[in-house]
Amino acid sequence: MILQLTVAVPILAAALLATAGRWLPRLVVDVAAVLAVAAVAALAALTLTRAPHHAQVSWLGGWGPATGVGIPLAADPFAAGLALVTALLTLAALLFSWRFFTEVQAIFHTLMLLFLAAMVAYVYTGDLFDAFVFFELMSVVAFALTGYRSEEPSTVHGALNFGIIQSIGAYLTLAGIALVYARTGQLGLATAGRQLIGTGTGHGGHGDALVTAAFVLICTGYLVKASAVPFHFWLADAHAVAPTPVCVLFSGIMVPLGVYGIARTYWATFAGLVPLRAIAVLGAAAALLGAVMCVLQHHIKRLLAYSTVSHVGLLLVGVAAHGPGALAGTAYYLAGHAGVKGALFLAAGALLNRHQTVDEHELRGRGRGMPVTGATFLLGALGLAGLPPSGLFAGHAVTEHAAEELGWWWFTPLAIAASALTAGAVLRVWLGVFRGTPAEEDPAQEDPAHGARPDAGGGHEDPETRPTLRNLPWTMVSPGLVLLAAALLAGLIPGGPVGAAAAMFTDRDGYAALVLDGRVPHPHSVPADPWTASGVAGFLATLLLAALIAVHAVRRRASDRTGGGILARAAAATSARLHALHSGHIGDYAAWLTAGVAVLALLTTRF
Amino acid sequence: MSHLPYLAAGWIVIVGIYGIVTSRDLIHAVVCLSVTQSGTYVLLLAIGYRDGATAPVFSDRPPHGRPVTDPVVQAMTLTDIVVGATVTALLLALAVQVAKRRGTIDPGELRSLES
Repeated sequence: MILQLTVAVPILAAALLATAGRWLPRLVVDVAAVLAVAAVAALAALTLTRAPHHAQVSWLGGWGPATGVGIPLAADPFAAGLALVTALLTLAALLFSWRFFTEVQAIFHTLMLLFLAAMVAYVYTGDLFDAFVFFELMSVVAFALTGYRSEEPSTVHGALNFGIIQSIGAYLTLAGIALVYARTGQLGLATAGRQLIGTGTGHGGHGDALVTAAFVLICTGYLVKASAVPFHFWLADAHAVAPTPVCVLFSGIMVPLGVYGIARTYWATFAGLVPLRAIAVLGAAAALLGAVMCVLQHHIKRLLAYSTVSHVGLLLVGVAAHGPGALAGTAYYLAGHAGVKGALFLAAGALLNRHQTVDEHELRGRGRGMPVTGATFLLGALGLAGLPPSGLFAGHAVTEHAAEELGWWWFTPLAIAASALTAGAVLRVWLGVFRGTPAEEDPAQEDPAHGARPDAGGGHEDPETRPTLRNLPWTMVSPGLVLLAAALLAGLIPGGPVGAAAAMFTDRDGYAALVLDGRVPHPHSVPADPWTASGVAGFLATLLLAALIAVHAVRRRASDRTGGGILARAAAATSARLHALHSGHIGDYAAWLTAGVAVLALLTTRF
Repeated sequence: MSHLPYLAAGWIVIVGIYGIVTSRDLIHAVVCLSVTQSGTYVLLLAIGYRDGATAPVFSDRPPHGRPVTDPVVQAMTLTDIVVGATVTALLLALAVQVAKRRGTIDPGELRSLES
């Protein structure tokens, strides 16, 4: 009953606000939405405390497993934890938007609640086709939220690119689900998995061509969501134009849910039948390309968006290491990523609110009156670098340990490079905006004691928000701080339960027993241990590199880009080429998607 | 049953994606997306088809009559159509907004969002 309520409460609240919202005062709408989301968070927390001991499964409409056609909702500890993270991020985003928007219709709250409901249902569902439906609901709401300020030209353009690419991916996912049904006659993750083990294997216990094709097609849609290279193009376009509170949800949880979809589908249904090396390759490519693109940006929201591409690429690599150890690390990493990225986007929103721009150059030195926002950027950069005991630190250390056991020597350098580049870029923003001196304006005007309103200047960007709030209200400051604190402490979550949850997640028979028999499996598990010497050393190396990158970038800008060595020219040419690649042209994006499917299929096929 | 329906489904998907790749008009691109989706309808219906079977309408079906095709895939196709209608409506609305704000719906003339 709890699981149905977790999905039903936000949908009912959304329906209520959609019908009555236009006559209700703004305060009532805000309070109703916040209360509904808080209820979801409480229900998810309750599920999380019960999931390790009591089976949290409900079969909708009373069609139990014996009928053969029932549709289950099932929450193992990981699913419940993700639902909790989703609800908390939504809560933070709604609190922030309370004062962030000058005027906002109740339709915004309706969309946010539907978004939450779709994400939670997608996490809980134990059925392939339901996963597709909730995936599409989540996507459609996301398109609408991206294009919320439809009077902006770039907003609708970004939303349209997002919509078309994401929809192609989702339809390919549906085709893959249809193939699974064709082979097994089942749509449940657990039942289809049992059938595939029986029938879907060719020689040597591996999946045959149809199983491989089904897995590749299903993964395509999820990889588009998870923004693996070369499916990632929509992400920065959408993040740059979406309202800031929405970006928190996009970056923090919607994109990682693509990774969750792949992990869940693999372990519940395809485990052992197909190799995951394709996921590792595309994830590693995303980690590198995202990090490089991140450094090349000066639009802060785009910069943060590319750092999400990079970090979610690392999550994909962690899942592809297909073991409970790597998955436990990935879970830590996801929790840390969600909190840090949420806090950074909210801080960017505060800058946008105060200065009407998120361009790093225009903002130079103008953040001096905003100590809390500045501290958020600094701590966020340290968090991205893996400051102990943050979730990202624990994630690095645990995943690294598991990758070493697999013989993946390249994981540690990859993780350090990706983290150092993204952390360096954010650190550079902090140095420039909060520590630099304004380029042309009178510094006295920026005196924090007076809190003077800086002139909006010519490069203003969004009517997203009221002209200027003199002091940031607590509803805009505290959500970011709480998210940041949670992320920086997430590494302290005890390793025992996380390891047990990962072992449960990666046990196909255990999942089937949970869903079909209502039995909580207790597979043998190893507690995750983040506190390794190499983990701390990795953080120090990352931090050093990040500081070097940031200082170098600031120095180079100060010396006004002089210096024309061969290296500098080559770097400039590469950067121009990379910018040109992300053309904003929907046809290019679709062509890249097709190429990505081909690569995915080639790497997944066993010759 | 022959393989023709499966080949047709794959062909429709590929034609739709080709249309999006080469599109010079956003309305055209959105319609091509619907074409891509039609491929999944054909695939689903082909999977549920049985030779000599009739439609899965049980109200007026005599007991021990002809076998029926698989109703599950038909339900999935209907859901898929609903999803497709939502997506198409939303994307067309966005295309209209692009035309209003930018004065063009040629994706080649839209400025890159990369700064």
